[in-house]
Amino acid sequence: MSGISDMAHVENGRTDIGRVNIDRNDRQRQVVADLRSVLPPHALLWRGEDTTPYECDGLTAYRERPLVVVLPETEAQVAAVLRCCHALSVPVVARGAGTGLSGGALPHALGVTLSLAKFNKIVRLDPHARTATVQCGVRNLAISEAAAPHGLYYAPDPSSQIACTIGGNVAENSGGVHCLKYGLTGHNVLSVRGYTVEGEAVQFGSDALQTDGLDLLSAVVGSEGMLAIAIEITVRLIPKPQLARCIMASFDDVRKAGDAVASIIAAGIIPAGLEMMDKPMTAAVEDFVHAGYDLDAAAILLCESDGAPEEVAEEITRMLGVLKASGATRTEVSENEAQRLRFWSGRKNAFPASGRISPDYMCMDSTIPRKRLADILLAIAEMEKKYGLACCNVFHAGDGNLHPLILFDANDPDQLHRCELFGADILETSVAMGGTVTGEHGVGIEKLGSMCVQFSPEELAQMRALKAAFDPLETLNPGKVIPTLQRCVEGGKQHVKKGMLAFPELPRF
Amino acid sequence: MNLALKRLVQQVRDAKNPLRIRGGGSKDFYGEAVQGELLDTRPLSGITSYEPSELVVTVLAGTPLVQLEERLAEQGQCLAFEPPRFNTHTTVGGMLAAGLAGPSRAAVGGARDYMLGVTMINGRGELLSFGGQVMKNVAGYDVSRLMVGSLGVLGVIVEASLKVMPIPPARATLEFQLDEATALHSLNSWAGQALALNASAWRDGRLYVRLSGAHAAVEASAHRLGGDRVEPATADSLWLGLRDHTGTFHGHLAQRGLERGMACWRLSLPSTAAPLDLPGDMLIEHGGAQRWLVSDLPAAEVRAAASRVGGQATRFRAADRSPGVFQPLPAPLDRLHRNLKQAFDPRGIFNPGRMYPGL
Repeated sequence: MSGISDMAHVENGRTDIGRVNIDRNDRQRQVVADLRSVLPPHALLWRGEDTTPYECDGLTAYRERPLVVVLPETEAQVAAVLRCCHALSVPVVARGAGTGLSGGALPHALGVTLSLAKFNKIVRLDPHARTATVQCGVRNLAISEAAAPHGLYYAPDPSSQIACTIGGNVAENSGGVHCLKYGLTGHNVLSVRGYTVEGEAVQFGSDALQTDGLDLLSAVVGSEGMLAIAIEITVRLIPKPQLARCIMASFDDVRKAGDAVASIIAAGIIPAGLEMMDKPMTAAVEDFVHAGYDLDAAAILLCESDGAPEEVAEEITRMLGVLKASGATRTEVSENEAQRLRFWSGRKNAFPASGRISPDYMCMDSTIPRKRLADILLAIAEMEKKYGLACCNVFHAGDGNLHPLILFDANDPDQLHRCELFGADILETSVAMGGTVTGEHGVGIEKLGSMCVQFSPEELAQMRALKAAFDPLETLNPGKVIPTLQRCVEGGKQHVKKGMLAFPELPRF
Repeated sequence: MNLALKRLVQQVRDAKNPLRIRGGGSKDFYGEAVQGELLDTRPLSGITSYEPSELVVTVLAGTPLVQLEERLAEQGQCLAFEPPRFNTHTTVGGMLAAGLAGPSRAAVGGARDYMLGVTMINGRGELLSFGGQVMKNVAGYDVSRLMVGSLGVLGVIVEASLKVMPIPPARATLEFQLDEATALHSLNSWAGQALALNASAWRDGRLYVRLSGAHAAVEASAHRLGGDRVEPATADSLWLGLRDHTGTFHGHLAQRGLERGMACWRLSLPSTAAPLDLPGDMLIEHGGAQRWLVSDLPAAEVRAAASRVGGQATRFRAADRSPGVFQPLPAPLDRLHRNLKQAFDPRGIFNPGRMYPGL
């Protein structure tokens, strides 16, 4: 299975630093020669058979062989690699576990892939201060596992948490199923220590809550490796809730399910998790995990409460009241941890389950205002007819983040093409509904075209200027996140007015 | 309203000299002094959209904060981070540009954590929008959060979308007699347990802790923590005074100190930092992470004391701002600040020097 994107070509090599027709081999020889003086031989890979494993990340439809892969083991080596690449104006693409879904770690054909896999130590875990200082290559779940003996955990839990690294989470501002109550990566990181593109040591944020000056930490989190290289991250740990219970509710109509989501929030309840699956998705996951999902339901909601036992009991009662009043045809409350995990098993396995029923699928990641959940589902149902492809839907309903999975066969060029159009249609419809093209997977290489839809040329120019403030030569992960104006024009992507703007008559130039 | 925005955009485009961005002026005391032609955001006033079930409000920058909060309260919602209202003129734009938060900061996050989207005017007079009205959004760099606490040096905040939260159904305040070291230790250990902690304040041997959340959670936490229950009316006035800087510490002690030439410092420290033992009056908030000090100690000594424990000191209020209000930046951050200023405001017209000289 593979993911593909809403745009047809990759503009890798955009910042070719003014030179054209660079001889790849010449450049490789020079870069390898210079890096040899700062790295041990085993930390430097350039032969084709050695660099092939790095040619893509979780977005496997895009592949590019890097010029060189480096695997530094010390910070001094990282700094030296950066200084060396900066002196040669060679692009640097940082890489963690390579689980990203938008091609953020796609190599640059004329650049160095900086693998940070060796930085995998938990440096310090301070249960009293409730912080963990970890190297960037530490896995997300490993932090919570290390904190567990102290009754603490790290809240953001992207589905890939057993494999993805905290450095990658910082780059993507990763979310998970508990974002509505506990926030994204950016809300749970206190500081990021690392290096500028020039190889100079730098720290964003601190162990305190407030840092004077501009909030550069906010700019760096979610910047997809384009502003700085993160080496050590201090995260906030929070007490593990004493108890979590989950309600599984069935609806015979997607609109009723969508309205139930809005009604829960309107009742002043902030669920620990609030997820939705449509009928095709439910059928696919039930066949995979046998969790006992209601196969007759048009939509299933998973609604979780966590906290002290008294608090959970009170909240579950209120949630059940709202769900039933919203027309739930069946509700079941988890009675123990095993049952709760069974309720979640299908949701957590939505992607592999889709991989079983279709040769390929494309996972979308837009976010819409919660109240438009039913509207987008119905719009997607129309698109299925229009493009002649099926789509399963899982949503982080609580925060309006959609993951429609379009099913297709990549061996059929026409299906691939229709799938790309289908995906772009979902993204553009989401923006028109007042949402965004990516909720948590990032722009990377995949959604460059859609950025032209969401942002005006001036907004894109401002983001490019922000990047240049950190990276004047544009050698850190070049060609990602911000499309060139030329690409927007050539791709025929028009900026769609965002729902939030109250000034439609004002000229924008 | 639209006319007001056009005028502001025009004012920025036409500006030949520096502009001093100002809402209600309630934080004129904060930051470095700034000169320039007034750019008044107050004509941009009103709530653009508010949907309680989306937990989002979109509001124009010149809207008085009290007006916004009244509207939220009608729907049982609030700004969870309790931004200070130094007076009734405080605007939403000023709240965001200063990025200050109230007693609940350690438990719920700060202004930056509730910023979902911004519409702003940059130094080229372009009207730009970043972020949006949804909780999860990673399309492009997070410029909206970067604007929080930027003191207007990057651009004019025109409109913002903020995450709002339900007002918790129950609250309780507990009082403990504890010395500073014991209070700090207790606060940090409690914060590591599943308790409904929402705010704390220690001064002069007394620790106040506010619990908030579901009734059952508040009662269970109060039972576990012990201490003495504070009457709800007394408690409300205590937290209100801390939030708006009108209580005993900021309203009386700090004022009296300022009249005698002292400075009111805000020390941002790791919450576990041991007592600093500096001469002067001290108030500890945010579970130990924010410590206010009214003292005549030289600026260099206060900053050194904060640095020693991994924190920093802001000269929050003082008649004499010459020692510099904000913690000086290390070289790489200083360079990034200057580059960002150039990226957003190449002509250097917005609030020059308000944050750091030359910025």
